[in-house]
Amino acid sequence: MAIKVNQEECIACGACLSVCPFGAIVMQDEKAYITEACTACGACVDTCPVEAILREKEDKVVAMDKHQYKDVWVYLEVGEGKLRNVGLELLGEGRKLADGMGQSLASVLIGHNVERLAQDAFAAGSDKVYLVDAAELAQYNTDSYTATLFDLISNYKPSVILMGATNDGRDFGARVACRVGTGLTADCTGLGIDEATGFVSWTRPAFGGNIMATIICPEHRPQMGTVRPSVFKKPALDYTKKGELIRVVSKIKQEDMRTKLIDMIHVCTVSCNLEEAEIIVSGGRGMCKPENFSLVEELANVLGASVGASRAAVDAGWKPALHQVGQTGKTVGPKIYFACGISGAIQHLAGMSSSDIVIAINKDPDAPIFKMADYGIVGDVLEVLPILTEEFKKIKSA
Amino acid sequence: MEILVCIKQVPDTAEVKIDPVTNTLIRQGVPSIVNPFDKNALEAALQLKDKHGGKVTVISMGPPQAKEALKECLAMGADQAILVSDRAFGGADTLATSYTLAAAIRKVGSYDLIFCGKQAIDGDTAQVGPEIAEHLGIAQITYVAKIEVNGDTVSVEREYEEGYGIIEGKLPLLISVVKSINEPRYPTIKATMKANRVEIPVWTMADLDVDEQKLGLKGSPTQVRRIFTPPQRTEGVVIQKATAWESVSVLIQKLSDAKII
Repeated sequence: MAIKVNQEECIACGACLSVCPFGAIVMQDEKAYITEACTACGACVDTCPVEAILREKEDKVVAMDKHQYKDVWVYLEVGEGKLRNVGLELLGEGRKLADGMGQSLASVLIGHNVERLAQDAFAAGSDKVYLVDAAELAQYNTDSYTATLFDLISNYKPSVILMGATNDGRDFGARVACRVGTGLTADCTGLGIDEATGFVSWTRPAFGGNIMATIICPEHRPQMGTVRPSVFKKPALDYTKKGELIRVVSKIKQEDMRTKLIDMIHVCTVSCNLEEAEIIVSGGRGMCKPENFSLVEELANVLGASVGASRAAVDAGWKPALHQVGQTGKTVGPKIYFACGISGAIQHLAGMSSSDIVIAINKDPDAPIFKMADYGIVGDVLEVLPILTEEFKKIKSA
Repeated sequence: MEILVCIKQVPDTAEVKIDPVTNTLIRQGVPSIVNPFDKNALEAALQLKDKHGGKVTVISMGPPQAKEALKECLAMGADQAILVSDRAFGGADTLATSYTLAAAIRKVGSYDLIFCGKQAIDGDTAQVGPEIAEHLGIAQITYVAKIEVNGDTVSVEREYEEGYGIIEGKLPLLISVVKSINEPRYPTIKATMKANRVEIPVWTMADLDVDEQKLGLKGSPTQVRRIFTPPQRTEGVVIQKATAWESVSVLIQKLSDAKII
């Protein structure tokens, strides 16, 4: 479905140039031309006042028989012997998609000694759980997990697969999609069903969060996407719910794994598990000195919160990179996000815009963070933070 | 050691603004840059070359103007640059892009390591690296923050949500790097001038062993249905009292009124 300009109709008004998010239209000799940067998003088609821009239908090569593929799958990532929250969050969303499509919801559980986790999947709404449990799968490995999920897809043919946009999810999700030869939409923050076609519509931020794109995967199955953690709420767990457990024998052998995890270094305690945090207290350049970061940590302590940092604070060496929130760091979505002395560059906002409530403290009333904040205090963060910490202490002990 | 680095020319998303009237991206005046993570990838490659010797080749798929980005990489110290460019590649999603780049890498021939940045700042997918590795059938390690090569063994620190994992692999390998791995070097003026004179070879569809059905828009399973600007958050409450004490107590009151605490 390429976009074409009918040069005879084009009046060189330039309307299409300004709406193209990809800068893929150029004016030459008073006519608009589409360049190879075009992604066929169609933004220009609706804008053209003389209907000179058309969406050309191309004969798609039918890649696969789509009707063989059914059910919505959620890949459940295991971390420290437990299901990561994002898997449960996706079961909530997956349930809605499955119901909307009139299909079943299934979970994929890969690991060793993880059978007991299937009950959490049923409690979160899963109708089925595909369990691949083997000693070789005890640790995440790109090769073994890719091969295992690929095998499941080949045998059971799901229509949709949701995975968490975690480091591991993004690592092998792309490989699986490529091996299957299907589309994968990365780091989604919105899921729905396209009314006209019944396809899953995947919505995700692009251009550093400046724009949102809704993506579909019309002719290939399964329709795959990774979804950002903490964007969706965990469904209420109901342990009276039961489902079908399908045990699948692993074909993985030790020699199939070309990389090997030698050791894990846990530098993280609660304080930097930002992805799963309910409350995050983040500090930025406005903290002025590394010593002052203790003010951020004290508030976090009182609230049982994780500690985040802006890129400026990480670049200055005040906090290790694992704490960084933003486009180059982690994307978070807590219930409450405290931005302390953070001006709110677009890259930072891209990493925390799915927070429920944002509370900002900054001395500059024009700081962009206030546009994003639900509550803002204009004032010196070094003065405000200790008082805020004291007040929360009082509330907690009350 | 033969090292390939895949780079992308991207608009500097920090400079992208939204036109408040038309609600569309203002691209005018937005500079094109080498994707920042790709510079970390190139720096990692150059450091390995400094230590072990060998050759660093940078590859990019993009429009003709992406040569500028490749020249910057040459100025930083890459030995060779190749642009993969053809109208037929236009509109490619990650699957079609990685298919095309993998074909170009096969044409380059031998390699020990392929480096990528963890993701590009315009698309943010982090998918093209792993998909290239899959097309080539080689192993990968993503989110790498430290790398050491000993003979044919590669030992890395990979970022996890909770910390770092030490992972070992054998060459050939595709590695995607995070920003904290290094500080990319600046090109000297002399090197920049020299790079500007280099004629960068352009490989088109005809130069690659590819199936036309798998290229560009045609070869892309995903389609962009709609582009829109994210809804603005409703304007919040801004508190600015004479003292920090007063501001905090107003905030606490408001939070408690809204039943947040």
